[in-house]
Amino acid sequence: MKKFSTEKGIVLPLNRANVDTDFIIPKQFLKSIKRTGFGPNLFDEHRYLDKGEPDADNSVRPLNKEFVMNQPRYAGASVLLARENFGCGSSREHAPWALDDYGFRAILAPSFADIFFNNCFKNGLLPIVLDKAVIDDLFVEVEATEGYQLEIDLDAQVVRKPTGEEIPFEVDQFRKHCLLNGLDDIGLTLEDSAAITAFETTWRTKSPWYFTLSN
Amino acid sequence: MSSKTLYDKIWDAHLVTQRDDGTALIYIDRHLIHEVTSPQAFEGLRLAGRKPWRADANFATPDHNIPTTAAERRAGIDGILDPISKIQVTTLDDNCNEFGILEMNMNDIRQGIVHVVGPEQGATLPGMTIVCGDSHTSTHGALGALAHGIGTSEVEHVLATQCLMAKKAKNMLVRVDGELPHGVTAKDIVLAIIGKIGTAGGTGYTIEFGGDAIMALSIEGRMTVCNMAIEAGARAGLIAVDQSTIDYIKGRPFAPKGELWDRAVEAWLGLRSDKDALFDKVVELNAAEIEPQVTWGTSPEMVVSVNGSIPDPAQEQDLSRRESILQALKYMGLKGGSAIKEIKLDTIFIGSCTNSRIEDLRAAAKVVEGKKVAETIELAMVVPGSGLVKKQAEEEGLDKIFIDAGLEWREPGCSMCLAMNADQLGDGKHCASTSNRNFEGRQGFGGRTHLVSPAMAAAAAIHGHFVDVREL
Ligand code: SF4
Repeated sequence: MKKFSTEKGIVLPLNRANVDTDFIIPKQFLKSIKRTGFGPNLFDEHRYLDKGEPDADNSVRPLNKEFVMNQPRYAGASVLLARENFGCGSSREHAPWALDDYGFRAILAPSFADIFFNNCFKNGLLPIVLDKAVIDDLFVEVEATEGYQLEIDLDAQVVRKPTGEEIPFEVDQFRKHCLLNGLDDIGLTLEDSAAITAFETTWRTKSPWYFTLSN
Repeated sequence: MSSKTLYDKIWDAHLVTQRDDGTALIYIDRHLIHEVTSPQAFEGLRLAGRKPWRADANFATPDHNIPTTAAERRAGIDGILDPISKIQVTTLDDNCNEFGILEMNMNDIRQGIVHVVGPEQGATLPGMTIVCGDSHTSTHGALGALAHGIGTSEVEHVLATQCLMAKKAKNMLVRVDGELPHGVTAKDIVLAIIGKIGTAGGTGYTIEFGGDAIMALSIEGRMTVCNMAIEAGARAGLIAVDQSTIDYIKGRPFAPKGELWDRAVEAWLGLRSDKDALFDKVVELNAAEIEPQVTWGTSPEMVVSVNGSIPDPAQEQDLSRRESILQALKYMGLKGGSAIKEIKLDTIFIGSCTNSRIEDLRAAAKVVEGKKVAETIELAMVVPGSGLVKKQAEEEGLDKIFIDAGLEWREPGCSMCLAMNADQLGDGKHCASTSNRNFEGRQGFGGRTHLVSPAMAAAAAIHGHFVDVREL
C-alpha cells in the first residue's frame, strides 16, 4: 500500500451532501479489470457535458464549465473538501481508485459512508472527519482565496491552514500505523495464520454445516 | 455482560483475534463473488503468488453486466455484444477455474443476481458471516446471518486469509409493530424506515429489524428489508431466526441434511437477541401507518406516500436540506409541491436483488393480469432474479401474464438496476423501479428513478402514472 505521511496541496471544494459512488465514478467504468486509469472519469457525469464511455478519448470531450473541478484555480488539487455522508452507495473500490488516480490524497468531510471510508484506507487515501462547523469555515476560506492550500500531517494528526493554524483530527491508530508505514493488510493478517487455522478447526467441529459447499 | 444482541452473538462466535484498539480478525464463512469487483482481487492474489485460503467457502455467479435478452444469451459468452462486458464475464470464469471456485456461470439455470442465488441455493445459512464485493450483501441478513458488502481490497483479503479485518459496529434496533395494511409490502416498510432515519441514519450501526410486522413477513419480504439496510447507511441488517427461516432453508441444495440438519436447526433457533439485550439506538414504527411509498428525488430518503406531494423547497427552513431538494428537483425535472400521482412515467423496471424473487413477480403479475400497459409507457420490463426464479414463474404462467399485458420478459441479471449492460433508462425518462437506488444516473445517464414496490410498479405500468394499489 502507498505510504502517507504529510500532504500539502490545493483544496477542491465539492459543496454537495450525500455524494454517492455513482457520482464519483459512473457504472460504465466498472467494467475495467484493472485498478488504474479511472482518474479521467472521476465525477464524470458532472465534469463533462456528454455521456462518458470507457474507451472514449476524454481529452476531446466537452467540459461542464459550471462544475467546480473545471475551474482553472483548482487544477492539480490533492485535498478534497466535501459535505455529509460522502461516498454513500455501492461498495465499488473504483471510487477511491478514481480519486487516487486523479491525484487526491486526502478528503475532509463531516461524515463518510462506512464502506467507502474503509476502502479509502486500503488505497493510501486519507478520509478525515471534522466538525460540520469547521468544514463550513473551510468552505468559506477555500472559495474566497485562490490557490488555497492545506497541509495534512498524519503523524501529528493535524490539518494545517495557510495561517499556520492547526485543526486536530482523530484517526484509528492501527490504520494510522498502516498508512504511515505503507503496510499490506494481507501480509499482516497472514502473520496470524496459526490463530486462523486454530479457529477454523474448532469452528468446523462445532458448526460443520458451514463447511458443506462443494462442487 | 450476559445479554447479547443477535449481532453480538454472531460477531463473538467468529472472533479470531482482537487487538487492543478494537481491530479484530473475523472469520468469514461464505464469500460471494461476481464479475465486477473481483478481477483486481484475483489479479492481486496472482501477483503475490497466493492461493485462496479455503476455496470451498467461495461461490460465484456473474450478474452485473450480462445481457438479459434471450437472443444474446442463447449464444453464450460469445453472444455478449459489449466487448468490455464480455472480458469481465470471461475473466470471472477463468479465475474461478484457475482457483477452483464454484461458479454458476452465465447460462447455468442456477445463475442469477448473487443475492438472490445465495439464499436460493442454501449457500446462505443462519449464523454465518457472509461478505461480497457488493453493498447489497446486507440482503442475506434476512436469514439471521451477519452479511455485508466489502471493497475489492477486502475481497482479496478474504480470498487470501478467510478473514476480514474489522471493528465492531454499534447495535441498532428498528422495531416495526402492528399490522401492515393490505397492499403495503416489505418494500414500503423499508422505504418508510429510510424516510424516517435518513440515508446516513444507520451509519456505524448494524441494524436488527424486529417487531411483529417484520416477523410476519415472508423470508423473501425480509430479504427486501435487509437489502436496503445499506440505503439507510448500515453495512449490515439482520433479522432473528424463526420457524419461517428454518422452513425456507430446508431441502435447499447446500443446506445440511440428515443428522447434521437437526443439529444445525437446534443451533440456529438460538439466533435471536436476548430479551434484555441492550441496543445503542432504538427506532420504532407503526406498521398500520405505513402507506405505499414512492421516491421523488435522487436519494432513497427522498420518499413520500403515493398520496403525498413532492416537498416544496420554499417551505424547507434548513439551508443545506433546501439546497439538496433543489438539486434533486432540477435533476428529476419535477416541481416542488406537485402530487406524486401526477408524475408522468415512461419506463417500468421490475427486478433487482431488492424485488425479483418469485413472490415479487407474483405480486406484479396479479396486478397486470388481463390488463394492458398504458400506451404512454415506452418500455416495461420484468427481469427475474435467477434462472430458477424464471423457471418457477414460467411454470406458474406468470411470463404469459406479463407478455400478454405488454411487458417484456427477460433473462436473469442486475439489468436496469444499475444499467451496466444494454438495459439503460433513457436521458430524462421517468422510471417506476423496484430496485434500491435512485441516484443521479444510476439506471442510465440522465435517467430519473422512482423507487416503489413490485405491485406499485405494475399498477403504474397499467395507468401510466402512480396509483395507490390499495384502491385497485
Ligand atoms: S441488482 Fe442492483 S443492487 Fe442488486 S447486486 Fe445487482 S446491481 Fe447491485
